[in-house]
Amino acid sequence: MSKRVLVVDDEPNILLSLEFLMTQAGYEVSTATDGEAALQAIEAGRPDVVLLDVNIPKRNGYQVCETIRANPAWGHVRVVMITAKGRDVEREKGLALGADDYIIKPFSTHEVVAKVAEVLAP
Amino acid sequence: MAPTGNTGRGDMLDAWLILLISFGYLGVLFAIAYYADRRADSGRSVIGNPYIYTLSIAVYCTAWTFYGSVGRAASTGVGFLPIYLGPTLMAALWWLVLAKIIRIAKVHNITSIADFIGSRYGKSALLGGLVTVIAVVGIMPYISLQLKAVSASFEVVRNYPELNAPVHSIATPVWADSAFYIALLLAAFTIVFGTRHIDVTERHEGMVAAIAFESLVKLVAFLSIGVFVTFVLFDGPAELFAQAATVPELERLMRLEALPGGFTAWLSLTFLSMMAIMFLPRQFQVAVVENVNEDHLRKASWLFPLYLLVINLFVLPIALGGELLFAGKDVDPDTYVLTLPMSQHMVALALFVFIGGLSAATGMVIVATIALSTMVSNDLLMPMLLRIKSLGLAKRRDLTGLLLAIRRGAIVVILLLGYSYFRLIGESYALVTIGLVSFAAAAQFAPAIIAGIYWTGASRAGAISGLVGGFVVWGYTLLLPGFARSGWLPISFLENGPWGISALRPYELFGLEGLDPISHAVFWSMLINVGCLVVVSLFSRRGAMERVQAALFVDVFRQRSGDTYAWAGTTTVGELRALVARFMGERRAEQEFQRFAPTTGRSQRHGGQRTEAHVINFTERLLAGVIGAASARVMVSSVVQGEALSIEGVLEILDETSQIREYSRQLEQKSAELQAATAELKAANLRLQELDRMKDEFVSTVSHELRTPLTSIRAFSEILHGNLDLPRNQRQEFLAIVVKETERLTRLINDLLDIAKIESGRMDWHVEAHDLRDLISEAAASVSQLFRERGVKLVQRLPADPAMALVDRDRLQQVIINLLSNACKFCPEQFGQVQARLEHAEGKLRLTVQDNGQGIPPEHLERVFEKFHQVEEGDGQPEKGTGLGLAICRGIVEHHGGRIWAENGADAGALLVCEMPASGRPRQRGFPSPKVSPSAGRVRLR
Repeated sequence: MSKRVLVVDDEPNILLSLEFLMTQAGYEVSTATDGEAALQAIEAGRPDVVLLDVNIPKRNGYQVCETIRANPAWGHVRVVMITAKGRDVEREKGLALGADDYIIKPFSTHEVVAKVAEVLAP
Repeated sequence: MAPTGNTGRGDMLDAWLILLISFGYLGVLFAIAYYADRRADSGRSVIGNPYIYTLSIAVYCTAWTFYGSVGRAASTGVGFLPIYLGPTLMAALWWLVLAKIIRIAKVHNITSIADFIGSRYGKSALLGGLVTVIAVVGIMPYISLQLKAVSASFEVVRNYPELNAPVHSIATPVWADSAFYIALLLAAFTIVFGTRHIDVTERHEGMVAAIAFESLVKLVAFLSIGVFVTFVLFDGPAELFAQAATVPELERLMRLEALPGGFTAWLSLTFLSMMAIMFLPRQFQVAVVENVNEDHLRKASWLFPLYLLVINLFVLPIALGGELLFAGKDVDPDTYVLTLPMSQHMVALALFVFIGGLSAATGMVIVATIALSTMVSNDLLMPMLLRIKSLGLAKRRDLTGLLLAIRRGAIVVILLLGYSYFRLIGESYALVTIGLVSFAAAAQFAPAIIAGIYWTGASRAGAISGLVGGFVVWGYTLLLPGFARSGWLPISFLENGPWGISALRPYELFGLEGLDPISHAVFWSMLINVGCLVVVSLFSRRGAMERVQAALFVDVFRQRSGDTYAWAGTTTVGELRALVARFMGERRAEQEFQRFAPTTGRSQRHGGQRTEAHVINFTERLLAGVIGAASARVMVSSVVQGEALSIEGVLEILDETSQIREYSRQLEQKSAELQAATAELKAANLRLQELDRMKDEFVSTVSHELRTPLTSIRAFSEILHGNLDLPRNQRQEFLAIVVKETERLTRLINDLLDIAKIESGRMDWHVEAHDLRDLISEAAASVSQLFRERGVKLVQRLPADPAMALVDRDRLQQVIINLLSNACKFCPEQFGQVQARLEHAEGKLRLTVQDNGQGIPPEHLERVFEKFHQVEEGDGQPEKGTGLGLAICRGIVEHHGGRIWAENGADAGALLVCEMPASGRPRQRGFPSPKVSPSAGRVRLR
């Protein structure tokens, strides 16, 4: 049974590229373009990994990550944050909030695929 | 003592017995004084209680009380009372007035009433001297009164059993006059008594103790004779008064109208005695200078009136008894207290009464002469001698001897003056009248002192003129008439006035008739005194020193110390110590300096270090206690280098003080300015931090905005690169995305460059006159494709006449396109409509671009012009904005001197309004306005 990946980004083109990459890597992919939609999608689809852009409307990536980690039922969900802001502060903040990994835009497609595989590895 | 008059009577009292008793009594006094001094030296003062203090104040009751009251009661009944009523009234005010005077005297080391007045009015030596002269001349009659009383009582007792002393005549040669010897004797006694000490600063504890003892003796003696007359000669007061009531002349004495001058006289006598109890030099001496504890005043203010009441209890009974017993005989009523027991052959009682009278007289003479001699030396002679440079006194090593010599000489001179007055005038008056002359003189001090402690405005000139005026009037209306009556001046001086000018008659000055001489003199002298004091004070300019002292005196209860800080010069402690030693002796000086500051006293003994002002002040106060304030000033200034205490110096110091005050005010101002500057700096720093933060934020945002399209480009490039077998349509789609994102990246970079140029002022502006209608139409054409795609209708409402403005064509077109495409983006698809309206408005051209979308949330109306501010946009937008568009628009419009803002339409949609100056010139910072003609080419501005 293939793993499920939820991609969250408000940039349609980036979303499209990630969706393509994840599908190609053999995951079952769902998408969301804002924080609230992301949380609904997690509730509905129980993804194994969430590729989470920080800069999204309604609830930003940090808040979404925090919510995920605050919910014990979602303890297995891996979170990989994606951000265009490459400063260390943001990275630290994401990891502190419970993210499993961190990807900086513009990312290498191989890196994304590798990181997702890595966080999913038992 | 040479006998006079009747001699050789066998049963006469031996003169030597009387003298022996007298000397014995004086010896007892001396012993008491000696004992008290010894106790004081060993720190166990015997006078430190309110009872001794009260008894010492009772020095008020002199031989005048002892003998004169009965005499006055015999002729005027209760007329003797005002003299005791006044002090009783005044005692009720002591807590208010005397308490303040005592405090001032203590703070300023005041040594006498002259010192007090001189010190109050700017440490004036002139004023101190003036007060001294007035006091000496004014008290002279009073001393003569005591001499007269002692000598008369001596003669009366000596002539026992005769009740009549031989009439004392001017013809008696001085060497045969008992009064002369009494004067000398009292002088000697006072010298031994009051100036025995080398150390002149000490309060006269021994004297006070002796005076208190004397007050007790005279009280007991008087009560004894009173009891004898009332209960032995008569059967109690009721019987005595009943007997007297049967005699018409005596019955009259028991009524109030017996007093000559009636009500006015009562008033003036009460007033005089009120003043006398405070301002007679000897009263000032015992009540103020010799006061050991301010608290004693409280008890004294009811104990003293009680003393007066008791000692006056038997005055009227004795007077009536004498009148009854000696009816028809020629016995002087002033001698009733002696002659009544003598008539009953009660020799011992008569002698005891004689001792009581002697007590009263010696007490007064001792205190008065000590007080006066202190004044003469401190306030009259020393200031004068010290100023005479040729005497070189200011440089002399040891002045204690001179000081004592002056005081001793003064004592002798004062008593001899009193004796002279007695010889010249004494015979013409009764005791009471002589005493009242002195009272009137002492009352002259009252205005200067009372005003001095309550009114800071009282000036030296005012005090001097008041004192001189009052004293002259006193001399003219009371002293000179005495000489006239005694035949030393023509009697016509009294009756017709000098040179026959009746307005100047001494007893009816300026036609004021119907008053007894005392009331008359009191009225005129006080009127002149108070009048001069007030008027001159109001119109005179006070010196700095005067102002300082006035404030110190009036506000004495508000200060901690009496320092005037008036010394600006420098000296050494060694010099100051040496100075003090010259007046107080080496040992005392050492002690005082040790007490003041143990460190200063010894370590700097020979030190040449500068001393501080407070040490100099201390020295001055110390010396003031020995030689008076005025002399102390002169002495201290002689060792203090530099300008010492000229009034100019004080002014300078005051100036300095005000300069310091000004300086501190400036400092305060500076510190306030500094605070303000600090606050500004803080604000600027905050602003800088904010700017820094904003720059950081901007860079971070820019990087984010650049990374976003780059991410897509990279991702899809890699996908395309790694997946050569992608279906054609998918490949096309991905490639289109790459192209679009590249365009977006380009736009973003262009916008960033624009905003950077606008903000830094490096933009090239090509300003020309353009018709905005054309610009709008052109812009509309260039966005028509976008509108068509979104199905939004664009409506243009342009004016018919040209709308010329000086603008950079390309930039303004950029603004219009931006506004139009923005509006298009926010319109609902299909039903969207954008209206572009241009109109003239008060010299301006107003372009309004209105959409029919959601409108802008009010809190965002201004923020939409911020860089990278993006209202969350709906989906399906053709392309995402850079977030810089409106910021660039605002920069361009404002550069042209216009305004741009956002508002919400009445019904729906957002309005972006842009106002440009019509046909005006673009506002160029600091540049001359370009000349513009319709055919003008491009004007390149920067």
